[in-house]
Amino acid sequence: MENLSFDLEATPLREINQFLHGDASNLSGKTIHISNPNGAHNIAVGLNAPVHVTIDGHAGYYAAGMNQHSTVTVTGSAGTGVAENMMSGLVHVKGFASNAAGATAQGGLLVIDGDAGLRCGISLKGADIVVGGSVGSFSAFMAQSGNLVILGDAGEALGDSLYEARIFVRGTVKSLGADCEQKPMDEASSKILGELLVKAGFQDIDVDSFKLYGSARTLYNFHVDNAGAY
Amino acid sequence: MDTNGIPQTTPRFSATFDPHSLSEIRRAAATGIYDIRGGGAKRKLPNFDDLLFLGASMSRYPLEGYREKCGTDVILGSRFAKKPIHLKTPVTIAGMSFGALSGPAKEALGRGASAVGTSTTTGDGGMTPEERGQSKILVYQYLPSRYGMNPDDLRRADAIELVIGQGAKPGGGGMLLGQKISPRVAKMRCLPEGIDQRSACRHPDWTGPDDLEIKIAELREITDWQKPIYVKIGATRPYFDVALAVKAGADVVVLDGMQGGTAATQEVFIEHVGIPILAAIRPAVQALQDLGVHRNGKNSVQLIVSGGIRNGADVAKAIALGADAVAIGTAALVAIGDNDPQYEAEYNALGTTAGAYDDWHEGRDPVGITTQDPTLAARLDPVKAGRRLSNYLSVLTMEAQVIARACGKSHLHNLEPEDLVALTIESAAMARVPLAGTTWIPGSTNP
Repeated sequence: MENLSFDLEATPLREINQFLHGDASNLSGKTIHISNPNGAHNIAVGLNAPVHVTIDGHAGYYAAGMNQHSTVTVTGSAGTGVAENMMSGLVHVKGFASNAAGATAQGGLLVIDGDAGLRCGISLKGADIVVGGSVGSFSAFMAQSGNLVILGDAGEALGDSLYEARIFVRGTVKSLGADCEQKPMDEASSKILGELLVKAGFQDIDVDSFKLYGSARTLYNFHVDNAGAY
Repeated sequence: MDTNGIPQTTPRFSATFDPHSLSEIRRAAATGIYDIRGGGAKRKLPNFDDLLFLGASMSRYPLEGYREKCGTDVILGSRFAKKPIHLKTPVTIAGMSFGALSGPAKEALGRGASAVGTSTTTGDGGMTPEERGQSKILVYQYLPSRYGMNPDDLRRADAIELVIGQGAKPGGGGMLLGQKISPRVAKMRCLPEGIDQRSACRHPDWTGPDDLEIKIAELREITDWQKPIYVKIGATRPYFDVALAVKAGADVVVLDGMQGGTAATQEVFIEHVGIPILAAIRPAVQALQDLGVHRNGKNSVQLIVSGGIRNGADVAKAIALGADAVAIGTAALVAIGDNDPQYEAEYNALGTTAGAYDDWHEGRDPVGITTQDPTLAARLDPVKAGRRLSNYLSVLTMEAQVIARACGKSHLHNLEPEDLVALTIESAAMARVPLAGTTWIPGSTNP
């Protein structure tokens, strides 16, 4: 496997992203290190090849945004919208993630070892997110599909206006949002949770220590008697 | 009327509680839900009809109607994009979603626009193969809901339109009621079938103009700086919104007035939020001028305006006030067949009449445009409807040229505010042109 390195202090971001958008057959299987990210925005966005990218340090907004096929590791923390609208692949943040982590993501797996900020998994559309720590308020707002696993605690209004996404929480939930309710942990959900924990590197965690939350589906079609919930 | 020999006054309706208001009160009381409809503001508003062109006479030479050229082309996105958009006519098709519109309707829009060298725009629901296939120039909307948003379609698009708002409902999100969430629409939007879909009104991963700058940079990075990036706003505070869009890095600003249509929104929202396009163009142009990006060569940010454009005079007036192009939505739907009187009996059966039908959210459109019902949708022949649209777009272009030549202009973009006067004090103040026969521009000069 070929290794390549870029230093963001010496090479403009545009050049690095352009390289990462190169011919998939040339990039496939390569491991690329990006040093000195120093919080730069839009690192490794729009990747579309099975390449491994390691960002050695902290990334700014939208790191690995719209990712397809690639594996992106941020060794530090990530700013707003990490892996936003990801389609496939794996994004792993070893530190903390800011707001809107994994927003609207449709596929792939986002792993955050530390805590995530507000609105984690907002409008989630099919991807999986595993957070080793806690998540801020309004997480999984209007989440449509996919799974959000939280090993720590959740803030206020978890799963507000939720559609068909599943939320697993091991710690406490400060409050549930409109139309989000606790569900019995069924076998299928337990299996999904177990597999996600293993894939995310948390294989020693007992699935029975989680609670499952989903949509009560009372707001799917408007009724005047539910007006106060909107 | 005379009863028992005593003279009676005629029945008198209240101007405040008029018959329409009374019917709305009764409807609300019976249902417990606000009235939802499609289209834009229906109330009477100051509009382009309140402006007149002066034409050439002694002080200016007109151009010969059929002999001397009057250009109509426009380039959009020259500031940062490697591949700007070149249109043959400055009349574009506004964003309308597959979901709100049927597949054949979207195809017809693509066919009609492509035939005359202009662009179409996707909507809140993603890009369909029919639409991409029939649209030579396709603008891909990037909306708060992100329904169907994916990087492959971003790369397939010719331009990206980041939608912050629209004229019918500035500050509101999308709405598509259960009747139109068909299996295909549900799959594209990743939603359960038959639910009432209410989209978010704010983008999920950015807040405010400083974040927007980073978001635009992300879209540019993903598409290798090739595509023009438009920012669409509903007309509310156009001077500040346009200035912030330019600062955030937009190549093009799309400004939509309150006459601009929506697929479905609360009537009270459509009629009471936002301002008419006539009042919005000059402040928007002022912002571009103050930032040095109005018609300034490569460093230009183009302005597209929409909301109530019906004919070539409207096109010419919008351009004279400083727009680079216009967008049409409602008029394009009418051109392909919306509200066609030949279906009067079916409109009557829906409790309305041809020309007034606006319950687009119910999906029962007799002409098959605002529906997902396959039987109704099959009524629209996309080839014939596309031809009607291309005819109409050609007429708009020719009409604008007629006016421009009469004003002595060899290109539509040479039209200027000095070619215009206003018929009313309101329109004079909004368009910042003198009241006809005077030098008075209310708000700018003394009477």
